[in-house]
Amino acid sequence: MGKIKIAQYWGAGCGGCDVALLDIDEKVLGLAEYADIVFWPIAVDTKLKDVEAMPDGYITATLYNGAIRNSENEHVAKLLRKKSQLLISFGSCACFGGIPGLANTTTAKEILEYVYTKTPSSDQQNAAVKVYPQVQTHTKDGDLDLPVLYETVRTLDQVVDVDYYMPGCPPTVNLITDFLTIVEKFVKEGVPLPPKGAVIASNKTLCDECKRKKTVKSIGELKNAFDADIDPDKCMLEQGVICLGPATRAGCGAKCLNANQPCRGCMGPTAQVMDQGGSMLSALASVFKMGDKESHLNEEEILKMMQQVKDPLGTFYAYTLPKSIIKRTVKERPRKKPEVKA
Amino acid sequence: MTTEHVVVQKAAPAETGEWQPKIVTFCCNWCSYAGADLAGVSRLQMPTNFLVIRTMCSARVDPEFVLRAFAKGADGVLVLGCHPADCHYIGGNYRTRRRIALLRMLLEQYGFDPERLKLEWVSASEGAKFQKTIKEFTENIREMGPNPLSQEERDMTATEK
Repeated sequence: MGKIKIAQYWGAGCGGCDVALLDIDEKVLGLAEYADIVFWPIAVDTKLKDVEAMPDGYITATLYNGAIRNSENEHVAKLLRKKSQLLISFGSCACFGGIPGLANTTTAKEILEYVYTKTPSSDQQNAAVKVYPQVQTHTKDGDLDLPVLYETVRTLDQVVDVDYYMPGCPPTVNLITDFLTIVEKFVKEGVPLPPKGAVIASNKTLCDECKRKKTVKSIGELKNAFDADIDPDKCMLEQGVICLGPATRAGCGAKCLNANQPCRGCMGPTAQVMDQGGSMLSALASVFKMGDKESHLNEEEILKMMQQVKDPLGTFYAYTLPKSIIKRTVKERPRKKPEVKA
Repeated sequence: MTTEHVVVQKAAPAETGEWQPKIVTFCCNWCSYAGADLAGVSRLQMPTNFLVIRTMCSARVDPEFVLRAFAKGADGVLVLGCHPADCHYIGGNYRTRRRIALLRMLLEQYGFDPERLKLEWVSASEGAKFQKTIKEFTENIREMGPNPLSQEERDMTATEK
């Protein structure tokens, strides 16, 4: 059997996922024994037109990282889907929208305005006429094109059909190695691949993997992770630090918690739920301590307790807004005043 | 009951083709559902724009159910439970009110009017309070107008697993 062909591409992402693939160290040499890398913009000099020239299904597996937020991301995702037998949603951005997905709390116009005219480093802060990048620019030497920035950030599987998911920001070395072992065994020994739609990670929640001691399972007061004095052996939530562990898929080895930082949820929701934020909201609200005077508390006191969570959307959906149930912010119409009958 | 069962159907047929509020009402089995029943057998008049979903406890109403109701086109969601200190499961309603308070903060960040989600205590003997709650909430939703989530976004949600 000949070598298989592998490709990796980045959409709206930071490039960390590409580096993560290199992080597997010497195993990358083993990869070269049974696979050829045919397209990988960060490492290999294959152009898009070379991919276009490939026959359909030519690439065995494509690892696509990054979300879909402009016309180029979408075009290449569709092209690679056509040219690949397997398409793997690689990393949190491709799987759930990731950090770029938080752009769904605003609009494309507001983003362009802020970035090109309002940032402290912008030359255009006081300019009379503001200049924005244009999709098409005519020059005397020819036309220049830029991709169209979309209003809403989408996940890879909202645009094309996806075979496997590998969450993580970025996917950890052990998950990548697991996946490459699956591919290698399939190529060399014919061991069947996992069923379509499989998530290459654990099916449990992060708390299952976390070694911290959980005893009281209740919170008194919330603290910020950056200025709290965190006991490295005790559960983060019990210490009042918001940790997304109870609502997050395991598989990363609780790396952040081992470094004494709370989980921020990059592995996304577990298999049983649709909305990571909703399940974290539910878990967090329920573990607030209940006293003897509970029945006498009024709604304002409850609201005050909950307002300790400063930014529910940004905390609970830091990585999963485009994959959440609501997906993006909406705008209410002005209220209709009830008609006063004369 | 799984999340999949919480599907918003047309709560009330629009007779005139004019927009009518669609309201999902979660009632706990022990107090509020009985309260709703009492309102019914007492023949109390109220708007018919709501659809009742019975849960064992108001704390069974996962925030996901509420978000899903809005994503599927509900214009308002009403969660009804037992009065404080009256919960059949001792503390279910205390959890509910924490979650609903936090969920309303979240809905506001999403851009929804937080008043589209309301929590109210209705006991088994409060048929009249059930009627009053439904009347006032329906009126309030009517003033707010339709769910701001666009049809296109709702279709996207519907096609997903």
